[in-house]
Amino acid sequence: MGDWWTPAIMPDPSSLDSKELSSISGITMSPSRQNSIRSLHSTITLPKHSYTVLSAFCTEENISQCVSYISQELCSLGLSGVCLEPSGVGEGLNPVAVINLLYELLQLHRRAQRTLSDLETQQLKSSSDLEHMHHCNSRLKDQLEHSRRENSGLHEGERQLQLKIKTLQNCLKSEKEEVQKLQSIIASRATQYSHDAKRKERECAKLKERLNQLLVDKRDKKLAIEMSNCVGRSDGKRGLWKTGKVEARHEGDMYKALLNDYEARQRALVQENSELKKVLQHMKKDMISILSPKKASGTNIQLPEDSLEQAGSDVEEDTCDSSREALEQSCELAREQLTNSIRLQWRRLKSHMEKLDSQASLAASQEEDVVSRREHEEEIQRMRLELQQCKDFIRTQQQLLQQQLSAPCDEETAALLEDCYNLEESERLKEEWRLFNEQRKNFERERKNFTEAAIRLGHERRAFEEDRALWLKNQFLNMTPFADRKRPAVSESHTALSVSTEPEAKLLSTPAPLTKSQSCSGFFTPKAAPARMPSTADLYRTLCLIPESSSSRTHGKRGNSGNQSNNTLTKSRLQTGLTDCSIYSLVGNENSPI
Amino acid sequence: MNFSEVFKQSNQLCKVSPNGKYLATCVQYRLVVRDVNTLQILHLYSCLDQVGYMEWSSDSLFILCAMYKRGLVQVWSLEQPDWHCKIDEGSIGLVSSRWSPDGRHILNTTEFHLRITVWSLCNKSVSYIKYPKACQKGMDFSSDGRYMALAERRDCKDFISVFVCDDWHLLRHFETETQDLAGVEWSPNCCVLAVWDSCLEYKVLLYSLDGRLLSTYSAYEWSLGVKSIAWSPSSQFLAVGSYDEKVRILNHITWKNLIEFEHPSVITSTKAVVYKEVERRPVVGTEDLSVHHMTMGSSLFNTQSKYEIVPPPVQVPIVKPDPDRANPKIGISSMAFSPDNRYLATRNDNMPQSVWIWDMQRLSLLAVLEQTAPVRCFMWDPCRPRLALCSANAKVYLWSPAGCVSVKVPVEESFQVVSLFWHCSGGILILLGKDQLCLCYMDTEQDK
Repeated sequence: MGDWWTPAIMPDPSSLDSKELSSISGITMSPSRQNSIRSLHSTITLPKHSYTVLSAFCTEENISQCVSYISQELCSLGLSGVCLEPSGVGEGLNPVAVINLLYELLQLHRRAQRTLSDLETQQLKSSSDLEHMHHCNSRLKDQLEHSRRENSGLHEGERQLQLKIKTLQNCLKSEKEEVQKLQSIIASRATQYSHDAKRKERECAKLKERLNQLLVDKRDKKLAIEMSNCVGRSDGKRGLWKTGKVEARHEGDMYKALLNDYEARQRALVQENSELKKVLQHMKKDMISILSPKKASGTNIQLPEDSLEQAGSDVEEDTCDSSREALEQSCELAREQLTNSIRLQWRRLKSHMEKLDSQASLAASQEEDVVSRREHEEEIQRMRLELQQCKDFIRTQQQLLQQQLSAPCDEETAALLEDCYNLEESERLKEEWRLFNEQRKNFERERKNFTEAAIRLGHERRAFEEDRALWLKNQFLNMTPFADRKRPAVSESHTALSVSTEPEAKLLSTPAPLTKSQSCSGFFTPKAAPARMPSTADLYRTLCLIPESSSSRTHGKRGNSGNQSNNTLTKSRLQTGLTDCSIYSLVGNENSPI
Repeated sequence: MNFSEVFKQSNQLCKVSPNGKYLATCVQYRLVVRDVNTLQILHLYSCLDQVGYMEWSSDSLFILCAMYKRGLVQVWSLEQPDWHCKIDEGSIGLVSSRWSPDGRHILNTTEFHLRITVWSLCNKSVSYIKYPKACQKGMDFSSDGRYMALAERRDCKDFISVFVCDDWHLLRHFETETQDLAGVEWSPNCCVLAVWDSCLEYKVLLYSLDGRLLSTYSAYEWSLGVKSIAWSPSSQFLAVGSYDEKVRILNHITWKNLIEFEHPSVITSTKAVVYKEVERRPVVGTEDLSVHHMTMGSSLFNTQSKYEIVPPPVQVPIVKPDPDRANPKIGISSMAFSPDNRYLATRNDNMPQSVWIWDMQRLSLLAVLEQTAPVRCFMWDPCRPRLALCSANAKVYLWSPAGCVSVKVPVEESFQVVSLFWHCSGGILILLGKDQLCLCYMDTEQDK
């Protein structure tokens, strides 16, 4: 800041009074305030016309003052002010020290600026942060306000709802009251209505009575029947006088009808009853028949119930006999007996069934696999037997077939024929053996020829290869200059190393043109590759081991392609470097991330 | 199936004599008696005014013609065409007239239900029964014709009088535990009298012939109650149809509810067969129109229909009743047992297009006939389990356990069957239109 202020003051020192200056110098916090003021005063006192000279800070006259001032200032800045000690006034200034100082100052200045810029950016950042915070704050405030409003709205709603509830409750209460009132009204109306209805009906009845009376009294002339002659009764009998006898007869008829009906009904019921009884008997018999054999077989299965069942069976016998009579008895006792016995048996049957069920379920879980295994084994046995039978069958069939084939000739002729066959066969075998031996000999001869030819071929081949190598060597030696042969090797090493060396080269601040040439050479390597061929070692290698050379060639190609990419990379880097134009900035760039 | 030609009739007064020989029809003031088989006119009687009611006597010898406006009843004899009888109820008026079961007495109910006059044709005597109650079915004769039950109202209480029809001797007279008695009906075996309360209260009372209360049945309270009642021909079941769209079957031993038959709006039962009547209009080509224009013209608008079996679930068309009106159109209004006790046909008033047929052996729904128009009338064949129904169009429908058939009546186009009834032999179905009638002869060979 101090550095900044001084030139600013310079332009119009007249307008500034000493007080202001002192205040400014106070701001600078320099320890040599007096000196600076003095120096300033001296500058102020300088005539106006020598403005260009005046504008300079240091003049011939005040050089020592300036030096001391600067030294002081530098001391205050914490720099080596000692080296600026005015050894000799005027020419005693050590230029190296001054330049160093200047450099240091510059550095300082730069650092300060950097820090300044950092601070500025920081400030900017913080200000933006602040802004953001402000925004956030305002937004949150808005939100808060909004939620408050919402809350109050909800409160209001709640209040209203409660009010509504209250009113509804009131309504309900009033409605209930209304309902009660209405019910009472309805009840009263109903009583009123029934009362009125009765009254009306009575009136009506009275009126009817009166009308009847009137009709009877009036002797309605019109009320009459006109008939040409009376008709006989439908049954052909004469009408009877109404007497007590007739009345009794009617009663009797009525009761007769009723009695008939009841009798018919009773008959139907008895029939139904007997049928049901029959069904019961049947059921009982069936039950007995079902249960009794079970007991015989069941004794070995269930023992705990045995005694009970034994007792039950006795009862059963009794009831069986008694119930047979009961059908005829048809009294309550018999019915009771029958139903009791049925009930007993039914219970037993039920328990038995339950037991059976449980047993069945148990057995099902236990025996299932056992049975299956047994079955399985049986099945296997059976199948084996069958197989055996089949084999036998086949054998016998074969025998029969052979017999049938050999059946036409006798046994003697068969033996004779067999001898003939043997002789013939031995003859044939001998012939074959001879042929075979001949063939073997031929083969061996051929083989020998072949090996000889192979050796000759190998010799020829070697000679040819030697010739070819010689010819190639000559050719290449004539074609390529010696210098050219070395260059690609260097470039190759460079390109191989390029990935690792590049940053180093940069750090070493290698000159741009050199790298460029290198990259260029690297770039041309694929074209230089055929030129590399004539080296004798390579030649031998290629001649001796063709697959290896091919693999190496592919390797080389791959390496070249990698070089290419690397080269392009370096090129781009270089271009960026060129645009920056300064090594420092580049260094700074390189350093900043570190 | 053969159809007779169309005859005129008025007020749908057309009855077959109980012996099945004659067919009596009223045309305005004329009474025509025909032979059922030949349809030839046997007798022609002229009444004094337009006939309001006509009835055969039980022995098929007399015909009663009531002219309510004039308060007159005329009786005609079949044996003696020149015999005549005229009963004048005088200034008191006449609202109902009917034969007694013996066919020698006529019971006339005067206006305001003031009294019932019993006229004897044997000796011209007249007797009165006072205090008859005006209700749904206040009078019922037992099937053997020996007894008559009559609902009475005295001192705001309901009473029942049981008369012996032979000499109108009052056999029993007892008070019933009803608020407002609505009807009485004898069981077919003449031993039990079913009595039901008005629709305001669900109450069915069963009385023995001698006046003892056998049982009381009430399914629910506080809601409209019994709408109709039907005895099974064996007297084994009493079907009670009510406003809650259910039929309850009471048994004759304990008089308890055996089962409830509901009439759901959606039929989900897989056992029941739903027959839906489907109409299809005949397709007539243009050349047909041009050639038979005159003959086809009218029949063009007549539709043919057939039944289709609809798989469940089936939505039954419902007419929503007006709850604010009295006697709402809801509930079981008509029920009929088949003569062999096996089937029960019912109709729910808010499902007017459907007839429900229940199997009384399995006590489950057997079939539902869904018509295109509201069902007007259904009747069981008196000899076979065969149900005939009509829905005020030119078709007659028949149901039997074997299936369902829709038959177009091939007579005049304007003929619409509004009512029908069977001849007592079951071979003839009499179809009544608005002012016409037609006989339908069943082929007994074809129908199993």
